Amino acid sequence: MNLCTDLTVSYGGKAVLERFSLSVPGRGITLLRGPSGCGKTTLLRTLAGLEPPRGGHLALDPRETALLFQEDRLLPWRTARQQLADVLPRPRWEEIPALLEQVELTGAEDLFPSQLSGGMGRRLALARCLALPARLYLLDEPFAGVDSSRAARILERLAQLPAPVLLVSHESETAARAARIVELDGPPLSIL
Amino acid sequence: MTPSTMGFREPLKNLLQRLPAPAFWLGVWQLSAFLVDQRLEGRGNELLLPYPATVLASLTSLAGEAVFWESVAASLLRVLAGLAAGYCLGAALAALTCWSAWCDRLLSPAIRVVRAAPVASFILLVLLWTGRDTVPAVIAALMVLPVVWDSLSQGIRAADPKLLELGRAYRFSRGKLLTLLYLPSLRPYLLSALTTGTGLAWKSGVAAEVLCLPLPALGTQIYQTKYYLEIPDLFAWTAVTVALSLILERLLRCGARRWARGWPA
Repeated sequence: MNLCTDLTVSYGGKAVLERFSLSVPGRGITLLRGPSGCGKTTLLRTLAGLEPPRGGHLALDPRETALLFQEDRLLPWRTARQQLADVLPRPRWEEIPALLEQVELTGAEDLFPSQLSGGMGRRLALARCLALPARLYLLDEPFAGVDSSRAARILERLAQLPAPVLLVSHESETAARAARIVELDGPPLSIL
Repeated sequence: MTPSTMGFREPLKNLLQRLPAPAFWLGVWQLSAFLVDQRLEGRGNELLLPYPATVLASLTSLAGEAVFWESVAASLLRVLAGLAAGYCLGAALAALTCWSAWCDRLLSPAIRVVRAAPVASFILLVLLWTGRDTVPAVIAALMVLPVVWDSLSQGIRAADPKLLELGRAYRFSRGKLLTLLYLPSLRPYLLSALTTGTGLAWKSGVAAEVLCLPLPALGTQIYQTKYYLEIPDLFAWTAVTVALSLILERLLRCGARRWARGWPA
């Protein structure tokens, strides 16, 4: 699946992406790996429509993507169940237990973000992202603060999703389960 | 200790903690009235500073008359109407001025003028434009509006940009943006505007009643006590106004808290 062609994005005159193109397999996990600050997060944000490209072409409508931000960005005044119900259409509310189970948060339905540990908050943010209907999932550091055995199990489930997953991660375990690994350098972002 | 005893002790402890301050000021009032009484050698200290007991007797006597309750109800309705109108208009203007820089440039100076203008000028002007019965509500609304506008504008601008970006990325509707992001973020500002606005609505509303003399009204009663030099009655009507303001503020804050349960403090 082609994601972008000749994409150019710059901040304050400095190019972060310069004529960058990327394709991913139609299913499974594609891992983006590269040094901090090379432009991985900017690429995900651009694909999600949050950064306007100066040039190039996005193959997928950003409204068909779901982005997991680098931070959890949970609403402090909503319980875990409510966070998922907020993004799901009402007829799909019965999927909430399955979504929580997918990230191993069963039993945390009525907890507020302040009552969750760092890893639990991250997993709830991931579940909320997966609740969005999307043709491409963009996950920025989904396992920050999550223990490695649990991260491995969740990763197995992510690999079974019907839509492709583009994932930024520094954890070495992630590479073992990725269908494709893209080594990056930059800025401007380039495939090694 | 049984749970029922604990349940009884907690409110008692709260009451004992709150009691000393009012008791102290009541003591100051009693002592001051006594000193005035000594100075005037019993020749009418009630014209300057009556004793608390005299005011209480006056209040009890007033509460037995139908006009007392009619005045309380009429003033309460006027102030509530003004408060509601001022709150709604202030909130709408805050949303408008935050949404559009052009609206901000156009409306903000006018709202600041309303905030700075003397309330007496407005009372007289509104009296000329409308009937005397509507002046207190209009004035209360005009005094509350800038406070609500200012507080909510600050709140809207302080909403977390990361959460707003989340709303955009997760395709929240306008209704969801309002109910899930803006209103919870605005909670402290809404409560602050409610507290300040309620006090202002009572002050300005009763001041308008004193100048316009609608019937029945607390302000009209206050004016008449001045006219007939019934100072204990003046104190009694003032106490009623203060009590009503505090009760209304407390009720509104309780209502707002209940509505916003689960939102951040």
